Amino acid sequence: MKSLRNYIDKKKPLFSPGGKFAKLGSTFGAIETFLFTPNHTSQTGVHIHDAIDLKRTMTVVILALVPAMLFGSWNIGYQNGLAFGVERGIIDNFIFGFLKLIPLLVVSYGVGLGIEFIAAQIRGHEVNEGYLVTGILIPLIMPVNIPLWMLALAVAFAVIFGKEIFGGTGYNIMNVALLARAFLFFAYPSQMSGDSVWIYDLPNKVPIDGFSGATPLAQIGQGAASKMASFHDMFMGFIPGSIGETSTLAVLIGAAILIFTGIGSWKIMLSVVLGTLSMGFLCNLLPLNAYMELPAYYHLVMGGFAFGAVFMATDPVTASHTEKGKWIYGFLIGVLVVLIRIFNPAYPEGMMLAILLMNVWSPLIDYFVVEGHIKRRLKRAKVKANA
Amino acid sequence: MSIFSSKNFKLLSNPLNLQNPITVQILGICSALAVTVKLKPAIVMGLSVMVVTAISNLVISAMRNYIPPRIRIIVQLVVVATMVILVDQLLRAFVYDVSKQLSVYVGLIITNCIIMGRLEAFAMGNKPWPSFVDGIGNGLGYAMILIAIGFIRELFGSGAVLGFNVIPKSFYDTGYINNGMMIMPTAALILVGVIIWIQRSFNKELIEKD
Repeated sequence: MKSLRNYIDKKKPLFSPGGKFAKLGSTFGAIETFLFTPNHTSQTGVHIHDAIDLKRTMTVVILALVPAMLFGSWNIGYQNGLAFGVERGIIDNFIFGFLKLIPLLVVSYGVGLGIEFIAAQIRGHEVNEGYLVTGILIPLIMPVNIPLWMLALAVAFAVIFGKEIFGGTGYNIMNVALLARAFLFFAYPSQMSGDSVWIYDLPNKVPIDGFSGATPLAQIGQGAASKMASFHDMFMGFIPGSIGETSTLAVLIGAAILIFTGIGSWKIMLSVVLGTLSMGFLCNLLPLNAYMELPAYYHLVMGGFAFGAVFMATDPVTASHTEKGKWIYGFLIGVLVVLIRIFNPAYPEGMMLAILLMNVWSPLIDYFVVEGHIKRRLKRAKVKANA
Repeated sequence: MSIFSSKNFKLLSNPLNLQNPITVQILGICSALAVTVKLKPAIVMGLSVMVVTAISNLVISAMRNYIPPRIRIIVQLVVVATMVILVDQLLRAFVYDVSKQLSVYVGLIITNCIIMGRLEAFAMGNKPWPSFVDGIGNGLGYAMILIAIGFIRELFGSGAVLGFNVIPKSFYDTGYINNGMMIMPTAALILVGVIIWIQRSFNKELIEKD
């Protein structure tokens, strides 16, 4: 440790302004603060120091994602076993899936952090931790069969056009991870939807008889609702789907961590659920197609709903910032999810599009909430002035 | 003033970069999104707009002292509409398949903001020859962007240039797939944004001060 510290101190002048590699200053700074706690203290004035900084926030979110990631790894192996009739133990399933997940994680982090470093270098900013969570979210919302070059392209598109051109971490309008998914969804639909993309190796090999690989949401669309997995199976996550999203239970563990540490907004999560349930009940009253007949609470365990509600909708940058706005924002996401699932047969899953749409609206919601506050208080002030 | 004076040359070159109708004035975006899925319609559309702008500019400029100001827009529209119908008929006669692909967008050249903009801003106050050059220049500036976008969209969206497959089959065999988003108008909008980005990083004077 000591020798590493000395080495860094010795090289530091080279990267400081005026040094030989001054242009690479922010890369050097990133490596230094990654290895050692920075000892920068404020020089002037009084500052409030909070224990929670960006790095810790990101670390907690990653911790909250671990259950979904572990379960997702196991599910890759389990679903593959189901499709080809291979019996494996829990550990073997997990190892099988984890080995499939690692390349996705490596590509996601490699491309994303690479762009982040280059952008920081060009701007002369410090490299920040903005990509840490996005880098793990993106593989978790991809189908396991996604080709690596597509993943790299999507990550590059999302980071450059979703984040860097708006000014970097904290300035993005839309959730970067969902943008990566949306890009692939529209650019390469054959790799992002359908029945065969969710299970490892399914497009190349013939599965055992009677195995379809369709997600429950797709099964309803195909009129095969009776073949659908049970509520219990969908809650536990024994169903095909994107890697990290299938298990509502694993996501709920993550939600508990986020709510307990105060990092994820429980108001958004709750209002998304409320919005979905109320729209779902409304549709149950008038069941015109198979999706509308689906009991409202089924929406909560199907597709990417839970994962999106807990990890995507609560993204502090793109969600509404006012407290009242959070309720409206979440509720409308819930309503839109059900609407897209029911009325748009081309998109069996609505969570991604619902959140992206509400991301765009959230500044507008905030604006009206703040205007409302101003008007109410102004009214109060005027009444007093008259009295 | 000689025919090819430096002033006239400026009229021709300015719209290509510093006064580009699409990337600087943000005019004519609608047709730029709609006809650039393939390169060939983009080229034909660019040429059509260039011809219509140039000749309308010439005609309006020649009549500019006789047009009552109150009804000038109507007069301008009549001239533009005549030109567009002529171009449309020519396209149908000689390149019928492209005319089919462009469909309604040839007719919509009438409402293209670039043409009305040039008539109002330039032809109404300048002599015929500079007006003609100005029309050619603006048409070229428009066509240039359309061709660039059309080329990129056809290459990545359909794997072809002017209808010829240029991406080798071995690419597809190893798993390459054409990008479906390039076929959607969204991609054209993003590409226009990228072109504006690149242009501004080379021409710092275009960046607004906030």
